[in-house]
Formats: sequence, C-alpha cells, structure tokens
Amino acid sequence: MANEKIRNFCIIAHIDHGKSTLADRILEKTETVAVRDMEDQLLDNMDIERERGITIKARAVRLKYTAQDGEDYIFNLIDTPGHVDFNYEVSRSLAACEGAILVVDASQGIEAQTLANTYLAIEHDLEVVPVVNKIDLPSAEPERVCAEVENVIGIPAMDAPRISAKMGTNIEAVLEKIVTDIPAPKGDTEKPLKALIFDSYYDSYKGVIIYVRVKEGTVRVGDSIRLMATGAVFTVVEAGFMDASSLVNNGMLEAGEVGYIAASIKSIGDTQVGDTVTNNDDPCDEPLPGYRKVNPMVFSGIYPADGAKYGDLREALEKLQLNDASLSFEPETSVALGFGFRCGFLGLLHMEIIQERLEREYNLDLITTAPSVIYRVTLTSGEVQYIDNPTNYPDPALIQLAEEPMVKADILSPSEFVGNIMELCQDRRGIFKDMQYLDDTRVSLHYELPLNEIVYDFFDVLKSRTKGYASFDYEMLGYSPSKLVKLDILLNGDVVDALSFIIHTDKAYGRARKIAEKLKENIPRQLFEVPIQAAIGGKIIARETVKAMRKDVLAKCYGGDITRKKKLLEKQKEGKKRMRQLGTVEVPQEAFMSVLKLDS
Amino acid sequence: MKSLGIYIHVPFCGKKCDYCDFYSVNYSKTAVQDYVDAVLRNIRHYSDTEQNVDTVYFGGGTPSLLSPWQIEMVMDELSGSFSLDEDAEITLEANPSTLNPDKLSGLRNAGINRLSIGVQSMIDSELDFLGRTHSAERAEKTILDACSAGFENISCDLMIALPEQTSYNIAYSVNRLSALPIQHISAYILKTEEGTPFDCDDIKNRLPDDDQTVALYLQTVELLEKNGFMQYEVSNFAKNGFESRHNNRYWKCEDYIGIGPSAHSCYKGKRFAVERDLSGFVSGEFQQTYVTDNAPCGFEETAMLRLRLKEGLLLSETGSHRSEIEKKLPRLERAGYINFDGERVFLTPQGFVMSNSVIEYLIF
Repeated sequence: MANEKIRNFCIIAHIDHGKSTLADRILEKTETVAVRDMEDQLLDNMDIERERGITIKARAVRLKYTAQDGEDYIFNLIDTPGHVDFNYEVSRSLAACEGAILVVDASQGIEAQTLANTYLAIEHDLEVVPVVNKIDLPSAEPERVCAEVENVIGIPAMDAPRISAKMGTNIEAVLEKIVTDIPAPKGDTEKPLKALIFDSYYDSYKGVIIYVRVKEGTVRVGDSIRLMATGAVFTVVEAGFMDASSLVNNGMLEAGEVGYIAASIKSIGDTQVGDTVTNNDDPCDEPLPGYRKVNPMVFSGIYPADGAKYGDLREALEKLQLNDASLSFEPETSVALGFGFRCGFLGLLHMEIIQERLEREYNLDLITTAPSVIYRVTLTSGEVQYIDNPTNYPDPALIQLAEEPMVKADILSPSEFVGNIMELCQDRRGIFKDMQYLDDTRVSLHYELPLNEIVYDFFDVLKSRTKGYASFDYEMLGYSPSKLVKLDILLNGDVVDALSFIIHTDKAYGRARKIAEKLKENIPRQLFEVPIQAAIGGKIIARETVKAMRKDVLAKCYGGDITRKKKLLEKQKEGKKRMRQLGTVEVPQEAFMSVLKLDS
Repeated sequence: MKSLGIYIHVPFCGKKCDYCDFYSVNYSKTAVQDYVDAVLRNIRHYSDTEQNVDTVYFGGGTPSLLSPWQIEMVMDELSGSFSLDEDAEITLEANPSTLNPDKLSGLRNAGINRLSIGVQSMIDSELDFLGRTHSAERAEKTILDACSAGFENISCDLMIALPEQTSYNIAYSVNRLSALPIQHISAYILKTEEGTPFDCDDIKNRLPDDDQTVALYLQTVELLEKNGFMQYEVSNFAKNGFESRHNNRYWKCEDYIGIGPSAHSCYKGKRFAVERDLSGFVSGEFQQTYVTDNAPCGFEETAMLRLRLKEGLLLSETGSHRSEIEKKLPRLERAGYINFDGERVFLTPQGFVMSNSVIEYLIF
C-alpha cells in the first residue's frame, strides 16, 4: 500500500453539531455501507451514546474513496469522544491522525469543547479542515461562522465547505478536501515496529482488540509483540482493519495504516491507551511520546438498593471494566447502605454514563453517594494521604495541611450572560483569570475553580443561567491549599456515613442547613420522631426534626375479618423493607437521592 | 363443651350509607324471606349440639329490617342445632329509623338482649352529612323506647373526625349520649373506604387532618371514661361488665361461625369466608366458603389482636419472642405509646391511635 494514498483523520465537533451525521454521510458516499444497511449514526454503537448524542468510545473505520483526480484513496476515519472527561483519549486519537475535520454548526458557532479539541489538534500538528454544517437551517449564518473560525482559531476558513450532513448536501466537497488538504502519513515499513494504541475493547471470542496507528515498521500475524508501558508480550492472531460493521483480518498492518490487532489478550488493563506496541524480537529504541496512565478524578460509592444484588453489581462492574480500563472500583462497606463499591471515574459524565449503564443494561437499582474528589492531606507527622472517601478523612487535629484539586475552566457564552456566569463562578469559589471577546457577541471566560465545586451540578446550573447557551470545558491544574472540613449528618443521634462529605468551611453552614431541610422533607413521619443534625466534628451546626406520625389506626376490626387486617400489617412491613433501616430510623431511597440533588 | 359464637350477616339496607363498604343490597320483602330460609338451612348445616353457643350477633347491613318473627325463627333454629347458652349475649345491629316501641318489644321477646344502635352523632348536621335518615331526637327516643321494652344492654355507634367537627361537637354528642340509659359506646374514626361514594376528593378535603383527628379521638376517649365508659379496645368503651362478649371472640381468637354473604368465620382451625353474593347464598343449599387462613391464631395474629385490647399482651405468653419484644419496650414507653407493668404490655390512647405502627414495630 502506497502511503500517499492514505488519509488518517478524525472529526471534531461540539455535541449536536453533527459529527455522527457527517460520519454517516461519509460512510454512505464512500459506499462503505450500502444505503439500505444504514442505521442512523452507525459509529455510535451504544444506546446511551445515541440518546445523548455523544460519542463515548472511539471507533475507527477504513473507507475507500475514488477522488476527482481518478485515484483510489484509503480513508481511516477515527471517531473521537467529544467530552472533556475523555480528554486524554481524545488526544491519543488525534495522535493517530494527520488531519481533523472541524465541524461547526452554522447557527451556533464555535463552542468551548470544540475550541479545546481544535487547539489540541493543532498542538498535535494536525491539518484542520473546517466545515460549516447545518446550512439548511433558517438561522444558519455560514459567513459569520467562517469569520468566527478565522478570528478565534486563526485558520483560514472562508473556503470551508458549506454542507448539510442531514440533507446530504455538498458532502463530496468534504471528501475532496480530505484528499487535497490532509497530508498522507509518513513512516518507514522497514523500521522496527512502533504503533500507537488509541483505543481497545473486549471481545468475548477474540479477547481484547486493540486499535492502533502504525507509525513505523510492519506487524504481521504470528509476530511476537510487546506493549511497552505494561511490558506484556503477546502473539498476533489477527491484524487488519475495520469496515463499518466488522473486522477484516488482513494478515498485516504497515506504517501509515490504522487498524486493529487481536492477540488473545485477556485483560484490558494490559492495553493502556497511549501505549506503544513494538516487535518483541526487534524492538524500537523508545516508545512514542505522550503516554500516561489515566487516573480517576471523581469518586462515588455505588450500592445496590437491594442488598441481595451485591453480587450482581460486582459482576456488572467487572463486565464494564473489561471495556473501560479507566473505571476503577473496590469493595466498600457503609453502615447505612451495606455492601457496595467505591468507584473512580474520569469525570462527571463518565460517572453518569457508568451509573446509567449499570441501571439500564444490568437492570440494577442503585443508590449512589455524593461524588467526591481526591483531597491531599498532609498530617502533622508529615505523612501525606490522598482521601477519596469522606469516611476516611483524618481527625482535624492531625491535619497540618489540606489541599484540594483545582481546574482551569474555559467558558464560552453570549456576552449578555457574563454577569450570571461570574456570579456562579464566584459562588463556586472561582478565581477569575481573564475574559476575551471572540466577536461582538461572544466571550470566553477563564476561571480557576475547585474541582469539588464543579463535580456535582455546575454544568446544569451554568446551562440554566445562560438559557442553555454557555459551553464549558476544563482541565486539571493541580492541588491548592484549602480550608476543608468534614460534614457529618446524624439521624436520631447516629452518623449516617453515606451522607458525610468534605466541604469548604465557608460553605459548610449553608449546605448543612439545606441538607437538613431536604432530609426533613423526604423522610416520612414515622412511629418515633427523627432528629436530623448536621455536625462538624462534635459541633452541631444545623438541626431539624421529623415529627412522629400522629395517626395510623384501623378503627374498625369488624365482622371478624381478621385476615384483611393482618395482611395490611404485613404489607406495611413489606413496604418498609424498601427503606433503609439506619439504626432506628427508616430512610427511603429518595431521601438519599434528594440530598445528592441539592440545587445550589 | 366448646364455646362458639354465631355471626349472621343481614345484607339488606333501606338506604345504603355513602361511607359504608359492608356488603348490602336494597331491601325487599320477598328477598328477605328467601334469605332467612337460606340462613336456617345453613344453621342446620353447621349444626353441632356439642357446641355451646354463648354469643349471637346479627350484623349488617341493617338487621333490624328483619321482623321479630324472622329473628325468632333463626333463634329457634339455633337452639335446635346447637346448645344455646341460657345466658347467651344476643346482639342485633339496629338503625333508629327502623325501630318503634312495638318492634322493640317484639325483638326483645324474640330473644334479642343487646342492641347496637347506629346513632353515629347527636348533631343533625353531622347526621345529614353521613346520609343517615334519623335525627338526634329520633335516636334519643329510640334508646328510651328500647329501655322501656326491656333492653338493659344497649350500645351506640359514634363517628369521629367528620368534616368541620369541633371538640365542642364531640363533647356535645358524647355527653348527650352518655346521659341516656346505655352501657356501651363504639367510637370509630371515619375512614373513607375505597370504592364508596366518600372515596373522593370533595369529601376527603373536608375531613380533619391527622393532627385534628387525633385530638378529637383523644378527647373522645377522655370524655367517655370520665362519663364511666371505660376504653377496652381501640374503638370500644363500656360500663363495667358490659364489654361486648361477641366482639371479644374476634380479639381473643375464639371460634365463631359466620353465616350470610361476606360473613367471616374462625372455626375448627381455619379462617374462611363467604362471597359477597346474596343470590349465590340464597340459591345454594349451603353457603360456599373460601379459606382465608389455614393456620390462624399464630403468635403474630394473637399478639396483634391482643394489643388492640386495653388488657394488652402478657409477656409470659409471647414465648420465644419475649426478649425481642422486651428490647423494644423502653423506646415505645418513652414515646408514650405503651404502658408496661413488668408483665403486661398495653397501649395508651396515644398508642391506640398509632396502633398499626406500634404493633408492626413490636411484633412483625
């Protein structure tokens, strides 16, 4: 295969700007799939992806295209996850490409995420090909959007193809741009093998399938390969590429090509995204740059609502982990919730996706605790502890320094909402960095924010305060000293461990009051009154009481119909099983959830 | 000789009350005679002269729609088929509108020695709301007539928690009733039963809320006791020695046979019931029953029923459950739901009004 006929590219777009639809049209035009086999948005395989209109895991497809110059080209379309939680995966996908199609909505313009990913692409020396989509919309302003791309990103865009992926308008122009603008891959097929892993998934027949971009050399079936970061060695069983629906075993992959390798790999933990594959017998000198192990940033306890489903939950998490090495979990026990797991996620979206998949695909009813970040605590003894579970927060007397993770946040919004956004960021302990006008009507705001202020509902609130117009992106900044306290919630005098969390001192009182009120609303009146208290250390800072129920009586026990009455009592007892018995207090699942869903 | 109670469900009403979900159909003379014939057949069916029947209860419906001679036929059949105790308590539920002095002496002569009169209230506007056809004055007269006819054991029903009912209303009804020559009062909190005309938002929104209802109930208890009607069950009050012997059977897991559509029985180790179907009952040779409990009167049931009674539960009778129960007592006592004298646990009025939760907490 001659390298100059290969084009490796990805598509960068904001949610809903039409990435998947464009991908579908490209597949269609290149006749990778017959039109009758098309299912809308073929690349997004998971239900959740389709429903949320986002791509969670990268995919890659090989396409054949006969260009206007009469030559046949091979396109490798690498689909990237769009969300900031998967930033690292995005960067590895980009590293597998020479070019990126930047899809911008003709009525919406550039969004924060698009911007972040475009800069990432430019950083990786990718040729960025802007495309203006949705020109069929009445509100489309392609000229304005092109100007915005030029102003904001600084790449020429006036000749960007104006298309409608939905209507199939002008897709050929995009394909021609790919041929003419995106460079062919370089690389020497004779050199020692050097291939980048940009994705992997678990197949129950073939083991882990790794997606690679071969940078140098050649890999053949039967070769002994080594994954350089983990050191694991395997024998290649299949090497080939993906068409739209299946793997095609080609027997080999060469420098410049994108494809897959199957090598009877049992554990996805061995195939870290960003790792370099080399030939075990003829290894390259050094791995490709940029590899890092992905660490979870957000933690939450996940418990089965029905304690008997603990085994099912473990099995489900194990299965999800087969395909998602960034998901971590370990068993944890809560007095309140029983047996469950402390799970680590890349970010909030990742957490939501996992929870949703557990509930939907594995039919589990879950109780999740408030998301927590990892705090760094230096004890007076000098020992440094990383705390991802409030239950393990040390005695304040032993703490010399407490630090919390910070992020650099980038918010894009119409300028009329600047006041609202600043108020929100202020409220979330944000430090204002700067503000830039992108054009007459749009601004980009930069803040430093504590991660724990955004893990929960920041994005939702931001959306509601900007009528849905603002977009938001963040990257990790590191740790910064903070005045932190652990807030405990007591029901009837007993600490409910699952409701404890770590919070900044200044916010503790307000939050404590709100939680106490919420619990009061959501814990039904019962036989005994229930004192609700919020405490820091031994000090009570908020208090509410659920008064005892007043009336629960069957006045008449008539005509000797005892069975009915007995059944009623049994039913009542059964109903209470769905509640969590916390010492002497019955707490319905909704009460836990209500505390987590506190509005700011 | 074993002791037995007989319950006879009389499923006829002149006018069905909007709050009532007991089984009844419209009264007609011919239907009543067919019904009485079926009752007689069933008494013969269960006949066992080894059983000493010491309580008989005509419930309904409106049993006072039966004529004295129809009652007499039933009583004759009972004394022929069982050993009918000389001292048996024989109760008839009665609607004041269906009674006059003649009818009352007829019933007395037919063997009825206890009347349970559906007075419900001594305030006419409350009676209107309930759709009762009598007035307070009529109820009062009926009681006095019954007394003149020789009834020395009269019970009256009273309804608590009616719309706009004030503590003054309750005091008025309780005091006016207590002053009459009666020995027993059943005071029920109105419950909107599913499927009845009262089961609608128009009615429910007018009812007192839980706190008000509880206040009315506690006031009723206090006032009745002050007037000499001592509480012996959640909703039942009596002068000394006039506790309902028949209803005590239910609460003490003693045997009773129920005859008539929708009637329940607890007899020879089973609970069983008859369908709510008059024509089925009348056309069949014997009533068809379905078992509702194959092994009644276990610990939970016994304890549940005992705790509805003021005399409460003896810890010595709780067997292996004793230690479990004992652990829970201090908290219930502190909350004011129970009293505990070291051996006997019994509910307070505050406990009675929360009895479902208290009992469920204690024994289920």
